Amino acid sequence: MALTQPMASSGAPQLELPENVVVSRLDELANWCRKNSLWPMPFATACCGIELMATGAAKHDLARFGAEVFRFSPRQCDLMIVAGRVVMKMLPVLQRIWQQMHEPKWCISMGACASTGGVFDTYAVVQGIDRFIPVDMYVPGCPPRPEQLIQAIIDLQDKIQREGTITGREFNTRQRQDRKRALVESPLPLTLDASRNPNIQRQLSGSVTTGRP
Amino acid sequence: MHSSSDASSDSATTCPHLVALEQAFGPLESSMFRSQQRVVVPAADSFAALALLKDRGFDLLVDVSCVDYLEYRGAKHRYGLVYLLASTHSPDRLTVRVFADDPEPTVASVVPLWEAANWLEREVWDLFGIRFTGHPDLRRLVMPEAFTAHPLRKDYPLQGRGERHNFPVITRDHS
Repeated sequence: MALTQPMASSGAPQLELPENVVVSRLDELANWCRKNSLWPMPFATACCGIELMATGAAKHDLARFGAEVFRFSPRQCDLMIVAGRVVMKMLPVLQRIWQQMHEPKWCISMGACASTGGVFDTYAVVQGIDRFIPVDMYVPGCPPRPEQLIQAIIDLQDKIQREGTITGREFNTRQRQDRKRALVESPLPLTLDASRNPNIQRQLSGSVTTGRP
Repeated sequence: MHSSSDASSDSATTCPHLVALEQAFGPLESSMFRSQQRVVVPAADSFAALALLKDRGFDLLVDVSCVDYLEYRGAKHRYGLVYLLASTHSPDRLTVRVFADDPEPTVASVVPLWEAANWLEREVWDLFGIRFTGHPDLRRLVMPEAFTAHPLRKDYPLQGRGERHNFPVITRDHS
């Protein structure tokens, strides 16, 4: 590697490199390695799990993107794909699996049920795993098509490339520690069924011109 | 369902099992709908009646379920247990209803008769709160052990009372 004309106008030394040498930052190299070898931990609880299996199968091959092995041990994975609704009985298991994964780790919430509870707004289904687990990518759909899940993995790869660091400093940022918006109680009533919601009953009885449906 | 009739509308003969039950326990409410025979048995006699039916050949307990009549017009009791009985060697099927009331609804367990009732009654206890006396292991089946309510009762809201949100939150710094 020869050093020629060290001072350019910007003050940085100019390097003349042979063709087989690449200069980069360590963070970028680590990101490139990590994003192209995401090993999923399939946390498939319901129907989205079938689409997850289809995404890993021959037609929509997830192995093309580096997700070659679906390791079922959290110690060997770095991407947890939560596919399907998570009931409150399963949530401590989900948290334990998440904690057993090594850093750096990411989480994809696949499908409507894992993201928000889906159609199951009931006493037993957790209304979105991001209330209890840090989630990096959400895939809408019921179930999402394999192409959508692949798009989510590609987007996650872009996110890793953009924000990743070799030591995992990005996970210590304040923005990552803050609770997700879903954890803040919404001021809207949880249900619009007037017969079961005293707030709406009060409003309806108080005035007919409030305009709330 | 609550109308009592000894003769079915279609066939001339009544169900022989029904006749035997009425010989043992007096007149019982029964009805027949599209070849499905139902009979109501008083709660105090439920174990004896089901034992009698088991001796008469109903060796398969298909299901034990429950209905909460809290918001039902004209209901006389709050909980209606449903025992679906079938026979593996004859085409007989029978639905036995047993009613129970608040507070402390209690019914005799049929686990000594059919082993399948073990989990079926655990499920009814879990979701409706009907206690089965004589059950060897009466605890929750589908809800978590720490759950305190009986969710399929009509006075329990569909979205629950916040149990589904009551879990520790793991953020990124917990790793």
